[in-house]
Amino acid sequence: MEELVKALTIGVTNGLIIALIAIGYTLVYGILELINFAHADVFMLGTAFTYFATELIVRGLGIPASSTLALVVTLMALPIIMLMTATINASIERLAYRPLRNAPRLAPLISAIGMSFVLQNIGLLLLGPSQKAVEPVLPRTDLVFFPSGAAWFGVDEIIVLGVTVPLLLALRWFVANTRQGKAMRATAQDREASGLMGIDVNRTISLTFLIAGGLAGAAGLVVALYYGQTFFQYGLQFGLLSFTAAVMGGIGNLTGATLGGLFVGIVAAMSDRFIEAKWTSVIVFSLLILVLIFRPTGLLAEQASERA
Amino acid sequence: MDKRKIGTLAAVAALALAACSGGGGGGGSKGEVEIWSSLPRQGSSKGQTDTIVNAINMALAEKNNTAGGYTIKYSDKDDSTAAAGKWDEATEIKNANDAVADDKLVAYIGTFNSGAAKLSIPILCGKGMVMVSPANTYPGLTKAGKGEADEPDKYYPNGCTRNYFRVVAADDLQGLAGAKWAAKLGAKNVYVLDDTELYGKGIADVFNKEAPGQGLTVLGRDGIDGKATDYKALAEKIKATNPDLVYFGGITQNNAGQLWRDLRDAMPSVKLMGPDGILEDAWIQAAGEAAEGTYITFGGLPADKLTGKGADFVKNYNAKYPNNPPQAYTAYGYEAAGTVLAAIEKAAATNPADTAALRAAVLKAVAETKDYEGALGKWSFNQEGDTSLTAMSGNVVKDGKFVFDSVVE
Repeated sequence: MEELVKALTIGVTNGLIIALIAIGYTLVYGILELINFAHADVFMLGTAFTYFATELIVRGLGIPASSTLALVVTLMALPIIMLMTATINASIERLAYRPLRNAPRLAPLISAIGMSFVLQNIGLLLLGPSQKAVEPVLPRTDLVFFPSGAAWFGVDEIIVLGVTVPLLLALRWFVANTRQGKAMRATAQDREASGLMGIDVNRTISLTFLIAGGLAGAAGLVVALYYGQTFFQYGLQFGLLSFTAAVMGGIGNLTGATLGGLFVGIVAAMSDRFIEAKWTSVIVFSLLILVLIFRPTGLLAEQASERA
Repeated sequence: MDKRKIGTLAAVAALALAACSGGGGGGGSKGEVEIWSSLPRQGSSKGQTDTIVNAINMALAEKNNTAGGYTIKYSDKDDSTAAAGKWDEATEIKNANDAVADDKLVAYIGTFNSGAAKLSIPILCGKGMVMVSPANTYPGLTKAGKGEADEPDKYYPNGCTRNYFRVVAADDLQGLAGAKWAAKLGAKNVYVLDDTELYGKGIADVFNKEAPGQGLTVLGRDGIDGKATDYKALAEKIKATNPDLVYFGGITQNNAGQLWRDLRDAMPSVKLMGPDGILEDAWIQAAGEAAEGTYITFGGLPADKLTGKGADFVKNYNAKYPNNPPQAYTAYGYEAAGTVLAAIEKAAATNPADTAALRAAVLKAVAETKDYEGALGKWSFNQEGDTSLTAMSGNVVKDGKFVFDSVVE
């Protein structure tokens, strides 16, 4: 039982991170019907920025990596990293997607793949060809124990939850309750009509990319600290899982992306723990196929009126 | 790349000097022949292959870029792609096909990865082109009964003459050395992992097979997905079996760094052991502090433990490339190039009529390499193309550096 709960905890933690990236795919798809292939690479840059931030804090400022101060300062860098990735994501939209907005649908898709390669190569330039270990600013101290005395979860898991859950909730609230959120939903429903009703469509789309990029940056920070590495190919590794999560949950649907992320995270952890690690991708993608056979639009069917 | 150019320039200058002095050999009177190396020159293996290419250039420079009256032109081919960050099947096949199409080529030094060798051996074998690898350790490439059932014959199709040789000892010995060392370290219960590639699975299989004979109990066996994002749940699974030691057969490029972090997080005191696939600086960078205390086997001796000609090589190398110190396979690159040059000299003595005849004579001469005195010591190739050297070393990671621990035999 404890084993099951422990695996579930790992799955939920990983799942929330995947969800944070998946939300970015779904937000952009909802509003532009574009799969933003460059999204996961923006996330990869987020891990790279976190790596440089921790290097600066530990080596530049000389704060010991294991101190609470280092962790606090790193977490304070979160808004800056989010702002950087948000700006990058919005600039990509401005440069690579907006000029093609009225072109055939394949054109922006190809430019998205192109942007993905551009960002990957920037990552390669920044980080070099191999995985880089991030300074261990996130303590691995176990806090909560099972009755048997085995460790259940620790400071690291709590901080991951502490970053991801509020962001996911804040996004939901923003889309559902604010004027800008309403504009996003309206633009998603009918871009032309929203324009006629006085919504600044370009601004709304830019805002969507800003939000998606910011969330990718937050996911980047969490991954760099929690997994302890950064790598220029993280975009591919995490992108595939997050995109799967977004599709499984019903692309375009915010709750769906979160559910999809949790689903993928939990299934992968269960498979690693109780079946065999080498079968994990087979199991995850078989389940994706099954879900799509029985619910072609994903777990939570995308409904035009609800999507944003 | 600049360093290589400088190396070539230096070699050319040396050659010019030799020609002026009119000294023995009479460089290049018989015309020009080529040798190639095919190694992953991008991605995280680059650090190591840079040193191998330097070593090959040194071996050539010491002979004034000539052998048996032929001028030797060396090309440094790449079998990796930037996008993959490691060796790539299509690129290695292209290199081998280009090699077969090049009429001046007499020898092919490579590959770095066993999986790549599997593809190029049969292509080169068809043309009787000799291939000498500085780093392939998968047993099935040369030995029967150590890998798949149809190995190694499937790499030498249509009964072509065996053209593949390696200056490094194969993993059937290294896997056994790992098992012996694990037992010596006091481990009783081990868990075996691999990265599901030819090399990694091969060596983990050997370890798995040899472990019971060394008094070790294998608690479990798993393959990891090198593209997975984390191995936390897998680490929990391993932790539940309560092992003393976890053995991983695989390479850095298949996410070994992340694996080490997750294993270390879950089991702070377990012993971790791996083969030479992670014996490179790139792996330490990836694993960070989780690398500390890891036991790593290597199918030979580290550069600073070499004696005689090997010690001279390391000294000269450090003088020439002070910013790029030798790594695990550097001396093996030197040895592979030295073997090839010695074979060309021997083959030239038979006065072959054309390059095709020279190529056949070089293949024969490499196969007959006996009591060669090189950087690694005095050794011979056996019938299968394997080296007679069997000394293995054990290395431990201390303060982010590989430190030689002991000779494991």
